Amino acid sequence: MALWRSLNRSKIVWPLITLGALLLFNLFFTPHFFRMEIIEGHLFGNLIDILKNAAPIMLLAIGLTLVIATHGIDISVGSVVAISAGVVAILIGGDLAGHPKYPIAVAMIAALLVSTAAGMWNGMLVSRVGMQPIIATLILFVAGRGIAMVFTNAMVIWLYAKPFALLGQGYVLGLPFSIYIVAFVLLVTSIFTRKTAVGLFIEAVGINPTAARFSGINAKNIVFWCYTFSGFCAGVSGLIVCSTIMSADGNNAGNLFELDAILAVVLGGTSLSGGKFYLLGSMVGALIIQTLTTTIYAFNVAPEISQVVKALVVYAVSLLQSEVFRSKIAGVFARKELSA
Amino acid sequence: MSRKLLVNSRNLPVLVTLGLFILMFGLGSIAFTGFFSVQNFFNLFIDNAYLLILAVGMTFVIISGGIDLSVGSMLALSTMISSSLVEKSHLSPIIVIPVVLLVGTALGVFMGYLIQTFALPPFIITLAGLYLARGLCYVVSIDTIGIEDSFFKAAAHSQIAIIGKNFLSTSAVIALVVVLIGVYVSRFTKFGRTVYAIGGSEQSALLMGLPVARTKIAIYALSGFCSALAGIVFTFYTLSGYALDGKGMELDAIATVVIGGTLLTGGVGNILGTVLGVLVYGIIQVLIVFQGTLNSWWTRIVIGFLVFVFCILQRLFESRKRRTAGPASSGHSKT
Repeated sequence: MALWRSLNRSKIVWPLITLGALLLFNLFFTPHFFRMEIIEGHLFGNLIDILKNAAPIMLLAIGLTLVIATHGIDISVGSVVAISAGVVAILIGGDLAGHPKYPIAVAMIAALLVSTAAGMWNGMLVSRVGMQPIIATLILFVAGRGIAMVFTNAMVIWLYAKPFALLGQGYVLGLPFSIYIVAFVLLVTSIFTRKTAVGLFIEAVGINPTAARFSGINAKNIVFWCYTFSGFCAGVSGLIVCSTIMSADGNNAGNLFELDAILAVVLGGTSLSGGKFYLLGSMVGALIIQTLTTTIYAFNVAPEISQVVKALVVYAVSLLQSEVFRSKIAGVFARKELSA
Repeated sequence: MSRKLLVNSRNLPVLVTLGLFILMFGLGSIAFTGFFSVQNFFNLFIDNAYLLILAVGMTFVIISGGIDLSVGSMLALSTMISSSLVEKSHLSPIIVIPVVLLVGTALGVFMGYLIQTFALPPFIITLAGLYLARGLCYVVSIDTIGIEDSFFKAAAHSQIAIIGKNFLSTSAVIALVVVLIGVYVSRFTKFGRTVYAIGGSEQSALLMGLPVARTKIAIYALSGFCSALAGIVFTFYTLSGYALDGKGMELDAIATVVIGGTLLTGGVGNILGTVLGVLVYGIIQVLIVFQGTLNSWWTRIVIGFLVFVFCILQRLFESRKRRTAGPASSGHSKT
């Protein structure tokens, strides 16, 4: 009973158990799932693929965790990914010889600036205008993909500038470069939220904005910067997405990413009603989603069907997070104790 | 006096939408020859019948303070089920259509049950519903299934003459019937009033002894039914089932409901506003087609902009309402 109660309390345990169960399942049922090979100095294998493919979602999940902690939501991140990819692709240009139109660094900074501005727009609507988060970000969700398509003139832009491929395809010390980007952003965010009071402020705003304001926290600014940061993360994610396939497709880049990212955050134990947030949990959540997808690939099932499994996982995890459901389960246990 | 203002400010967004629609229709008529015709107006209903049906269901959900993100994939699922049952199992449409409607309603009940019984956020549960329905589409078939059935073909090509040579399609007539039923249910039934009450304040609705639990499940069932019906209507256009049908349509439906003046905080809104929202959505597309040079993606940008404008308007009305209502209710704010 004590074990059950402590499991109930600790939030990171459930996502870890889920991930562990998935990996255990693969250990028994998927041949060679854990096999690692070193080819040309790079590590190859399913586990590395999972990390690499999860990187864009992990980045989105970092930003979204903070937004969700303020009792908000950002459904525009997928569209911002498309915008970021579009901007960087246009500025680098589709020159076949690989000569970028503008320096690659300039193009990347421009893309990040545009995405951060998109985040600021969301933040302004939520914190200053006072719109509901889902609606405020719905605007950019709907319009953002249109903006990306207008930027790229509704064409897929192919890139040939080699150095840009490093972001999404490169390897450093045997590991994919995108992992280092995720680790860096995660580390900076963790330090900034946990070693300063910012994290506490964010949680306070999420739990009770009025009380937070009365205790002297500038709730509006906290909310504003959370959305801005989410836009920035989406921008970085867009750069990686664009670099991985060396093309920008305004229609498909980042499509349904917002759903995967929100799912990752929720799987990680951060409640959609705001308050306490778990950055590491969100990372585990993103890995769960990617492991699930990889597992399903390994079974030669049509990848699209993985959505059914994803849905069932969401239902299961939501039920586990539900107080009503927990008390019902606890009630069953308690009755047994009484009768014994 | 304050009561009169309140009524006005509630209807004002709808009036603004109406004005916007008339303005756009007028501008189009001046700018483009052949734009101004009764048929062109009817075409808005013909081309957007499925969206109208989705939006009616969505209006109920949003008035109750919830959200349903699953409607786009539910639409796809019902095109898949109907085309597969008709073409592969060779069942009669008389059996297939009720089955599809039943599946949609059942999925709606399932989501409503989870939301109500376990106090789970509608956003997440219907988001999972979006995945579930889309994934089930691929379980039915990965390929497009063409429909050769004579009933579906007849429904697709039939034209119902109204006023001289102008006509409506079967789909448009179905959509209009759904709208009429929607207006009746929302205004003149116990269920409709309970929906508004839940949206206004679920706690108060409970204290008033209204059947909150039953109604909330019924709302999602209704939305599921509407999306299944919209899926059948959609097959009348495409005469096929395809797993990617209706991608992103849930947000189109939400956008039209917002443009139609329904508050996302719940409690305020009406079906006729939603109809106007769909008409505005339709006319933007027609204007862009007539204009010719603009990329069709501008539709999305304009819709995004309109949602923005209408949200700002709603905020203005809310703050004005709060000021006229006096300080007693100024503390009330929903986040």
